[in-house]
Amino acid sequence: MVARAIPKPIQQTFPGVVILVFSLLFCRSSLAQESPYIVTYDHYLEEPGSLEVEYFSTFGTQRGGNDFDAFWTEFEYGATAWWTTEFYVDGQTTFNDSTIFTGFRWENRFRLLQREHIVNPVLYIEYENTSGADKILKEVEGHDIESDYADSNAVLRKEHDHELELKLLLSSTFKGWNVAVNPIVTKNLLPSEPWEFAYAIGASRPLALKALPNRCNFCLENFIAGVEMYGGLGDTQSAGLHDTSHYLAPVVAWNLPSDWTFRLSSGFGLNDNSHRLLLRWGLSREFSSFGEMVGRLFRGRP
Amino acid sequence: MKATFASFRSAGRSGLATIGAVVFGIGVLGIVVLGTSRALPQNEDTAARKNRKSTYAALAEAPEKARERTNPFEGDIQAVVAGGKLFEQHCADCHGRKAGGTRKGPSLLREKVRQATPGTMFWILTNGVVRRGMPVWSKLPEPERWQIVAFLQSLKLQPATSQLMKNSQSAEPARP
Repeated sequence: MVARAIPKPIQQTFPGVVILVFSLLFCRSSLAQESPYIVTYDHYLEEPGSLEVEYFSTFGTQRGGNDFDAFWTEFEYGATAWWTTEFYVDGQTTFNDSTIFTGFRWENRFRLLQREHIVNPVLYIEYENTSGADKILKEVEGHDIESDYADSNAVLRKEHDHELELKLLLSSTFKGWNVAVNPIVTKNLLPSEPWEFAYAIGASRPLALKALPNRCNFCLENFIAGVEMYGGLGDTQSAGLHDTSHYLAPVVAWNLPSDWTFRLSSGFGLNDNSHRLLLRWGLSREFSSFGEMVGRLFRGRP
Repeated sequence: MKATFASFRSAGRSGLATIGAVVFGIGVLGIVVLGTSRALPQNEDTAARKNRKSTYAALAEAPEKARERTNPFEGDIQAVVAGGKLFEQHCADCHGRKAGGTRKGPSLLREKVRQATPGTMFWILTNGVVRRGMPVWSKLPEPERWQIVAFLQSLKLQPATSQLMKNSQSAEPARP
């Protein structure tokens, strides 16, 4: 019991501390026009040289087990206008059980075409090193179902996943509407494991398409609303919809002039294999010129 | 006692794993940041000039149909002020608050930009110049992109625009 009390506060306060430290250290920031999606990706990458620090939390209901709150911190950096790299640290609290660190992820997104087209493809490559207790449900793949998460953390964390995840992010923006479709393929790096399939789709639109002349927190142009749907599609051994879970989630993003973005998503399970509710929220801040600042620090530029 | 010790050791491992993952992540990000930040100081002016030159060259790449498009907000003072706000939020970091350019992005006050049609500016804003570091801005709705173009067009009449922006800011209501 004593041992559990040691890491829990550290893990729970860590993301907040990181965001606070970054806020204090780097005052230059820029207003991000972030999409409201939490699972789906559109084709927009991070601006070159900008670092976005994000904290997300997912509260999930669990039949046959304890409800949980899974959380992750993202560091998203725009390496170039066509390459964004992102690092995640995941953790979770299962109520009446424990709080644990569940792994890390490193993802890269590459824009494939120089200019805008009707459909814009982006290649997504991610490496995951997580335990079976990872519950952020950022992707629902293969035959992932609710009962997979019902065991205690002590049991779930014994499983280790080293996975490679590939996505083709297809996205289109027309008259303010964004529509994004992400086919997903995942491979556990163990040779015996099959390839798993999944999907995520989303549509969103700003509540106002024209900006007001004055700065405001609550004007409609700052809000983007939409809906996303995601789920598994089986694997190479048994493709299809049987024993898969699916979610439908209305989403909203509030881009504040003070450079913060707040996202909210309420995901509802669409079949008996799905968690009844996945309530997600996220807070992020973008720090522009981060790359330039680091360059100055190490290369002594004026 | 034994169970408590095992639990403590497990928690310690978890903490170490967290620290290890964070150090790994910061290391990876550091390598990427250092590797992708711009040229070394001695080459910087040459590199920046070359970059700007080719960024301006992108103006000529706009298709004829795109060049001929007219700004629906032409002459709309409110749109100019709103465009100025959007410019400050999304563009000023690279192009400078007065659009005079920075190390990261070229000046928008140069003759080549001033001579560009509104349609050309809108096309550049929509498509970016990805290979030269300017991202696509189609995530801003079309009317907002035209508002930014209206602001850029107004820079041709800079003193009047500055006064307009000043008046707008002094008349700005308190944030709700």
